[in-house]
Amino acid sequence: MPVFRLEPVLQTPDLKGPPGLSKAPTGIPGLDELTSGGLPRGRPTLICGGAGCGKTVLGLEFLVRGASQYGEPGAIFTFEERGDELAANVASFGFDLPSLIAQKKLAVEHVQIDRHQIEEAGDYDLEGLFIRLACAIDFVGAKRVLLDTLEVLFSGLPNKEILRSEMRRLFSWLKEKKVTAVVTGERGESVLTRHGLEEYVSDCVILLDLRVQHQVATRRLRVVKYRGARHGTDEYPFLIGEHGISVLPLSSLQLVHEASTVRISSGNRELDEMLGGGYYRGSSILVSGQSGTGKTSIASCLAATCDGERRALYFSFEESPAQLIRNMSSVGMDLAGLVQKKLLRIISTRPSGYGLETHLFAIYAAIEDFHPSLVILDPITDFASIGNSNEILAMVTRLIDHLKTKGITALLTGALHGWHGEGSPSDSEVGVSSLIDTWIVLHNFEVAGERNRGIGVRKSRGTAHSNQIREFVISNHGLTLINAYRDTAGFVTGSAREAQQRHDATNGGSRTPSGRPGTP
Amino acid sequence: MNRAKPVTGPEYTFRLFISGLTSRSQRAIANLQNICESHLAGRYRIEVIDLDKSPGRAHDEQIIALPTLLKVSPLPPLRVIGDLSRVDKVLRGLDIR
Repeated sequence: MPVFRLEPVLQTPDLKGPPGLSKAPTGIPGLDELTSGGLPRGRPTLICGGAGCGKTVLGLEFLVRGASQYGEPGAIFTFEERGDELAANVASFGFDLPSLIAQKKLAVEHVQIDRHQIEEAGDYDLEGLFIRLACAIDFVGAKRVLLDTLEVLFSGLPNKEILRSEMRRLFSWLKEKKVTAVVTGERGESVLTRHGLEEYVSDCVILLDLRVQHQVATRRLRVVKYRGARHGTDEYPFLIGEHGISVLPLSSLQLVHEASTVRISSGNRELDEMLGGGYYRGSSILVSGQSGTGKTSIASCLAATCDGERRALYFSFEESPAQLIRNMSSVGMDLAGLVQKKLLRIISTRPSGYGLETHLFAIYAAIEDFHPSLVILDPITDFASIGNSNEILAMVTRLIDHLKTKGITALLTGALHGWHGEGSPSDSEVGVSSLIDTWIVLHNFEVAGERNRGIGVRKSRGTAHSNQIREFVISNHGLTLINAYRDTAGFVTGSAREAQQRHDATNGGSRTPSGRPGTP
Repeated sequence: MNRAKPVTGPEYTFRLFISGLTSRSQRAIANLQNICESHLAGRYRIEVIDLDKSPGRAHDEQIIALPTLLKVSPLPPLRVIGDLSRVDKVLRGLDIR
């Protein structure tokens, strides 16, 4: 099972693959996993995408990591940027081109084409380019070559017939040279590249995409084609971060997680009872309900169970850590003490600040850093502001899968808007709920001028859980669950329940056999 | 071809880049000589550079296509590519009147 790594550590990818197909590792976290080892060695790969989607960075990273990590020198042919511009652009990722050039691990050649200076006066070929390629490859003993982007030739040279035959010759020449070549190409309308470069590169084609949604940009990568090799066919989100590119392979939906039989407390005795003994360790829990139903309290209850053995990481997307600590201390939970003991870490971010993928990466990074056994995301539905329900579902799927793989118990809260009582939850909640092991639903009851809370377990896989909706009281002593108290009209809550309890007590009997008085 | 023309105007210097003495290279050399004789008789110099022998020059002169003809002087430097069979384009491209 592929495991996501955040640090660009030296990897030893599986280079076996199908017989005869050798791979050149990219060293890019995630990309080697989804290509089962890297790009096809000794063959050209086409990276296509629109302007600014990261083609050059991906190509450069392949060359830089090849030269610095895998002992494969590279030759970079840049048709658009000058060598020094290129070096400046990637210096922020920690790629030191000048030093690699000085060590003769990289050769950078700027191919300048000024279409206004070139007049065609008869038959020609591109042998000059071949001579320069050969020179650069021989100079450093290049095993990898980047051509970024060849298409500039098409705008510089008008004779398309000559260009096409020279492209064909170029790609077979690169194969003869046994270099692993990366060629970038600009995405065209309804075609992979504007000038049909995909015609010449039949081995591996990677498509990059940059989409802006709700003013937030997300990058995606798809392996369109990989001849003779297994590869992930989905779109994978990727990020250009401070160490270059990271791709998030969707390792999900394989359902190979180990199922723990160990129960952990929800932090509330009565809720544990309702769940038939608490949550399963490593399971995923959804707590949903309208605003003000107490989702954060249920979440904090679990967070407060952390001790020397279990650490909790709390992602709060609505409240700052100070707010959360204050609010929870008002209901008798001392989160501040746990934070001080470094058993609990609270991270607050606004969903709208970044794209979904950036959040996901940040969450992964925090998990790598803190090694929690509990992770709380409160509330996950806030991401609706930066993505549609399918994207949120994909993100939550990845996240839950990641946490399950690591055996981390996850509690997510979901704010339901406009869902009153027994109505239908929204699509995204239905989607998420299928990934969830335990689903707790919180209700508001408005009866006779007061608003009371109810709690029910909608589902809990593998547990004998209660099917009752109970009253749920948040007081300064904490959370209390009260068994359903019924009168002839049905479920009664709040002051109506208290009146009924008094009435029953005077008449010498409770209508609910297991009923308990309301206050702790 | 040897029509008497006044030997006036600036001196032209050309650099012709080729790759080996292929038939295309030879065509380009012959075409260039003809053009010079008929338009610039007595005031031109041609340097032929075979990049197969000095490949480093391809980088120095930013050569991609071959053959490439570079007009070094008079300024501005101009270049045309191809075997120079299209005389009109050569004259226009090199700004020869």
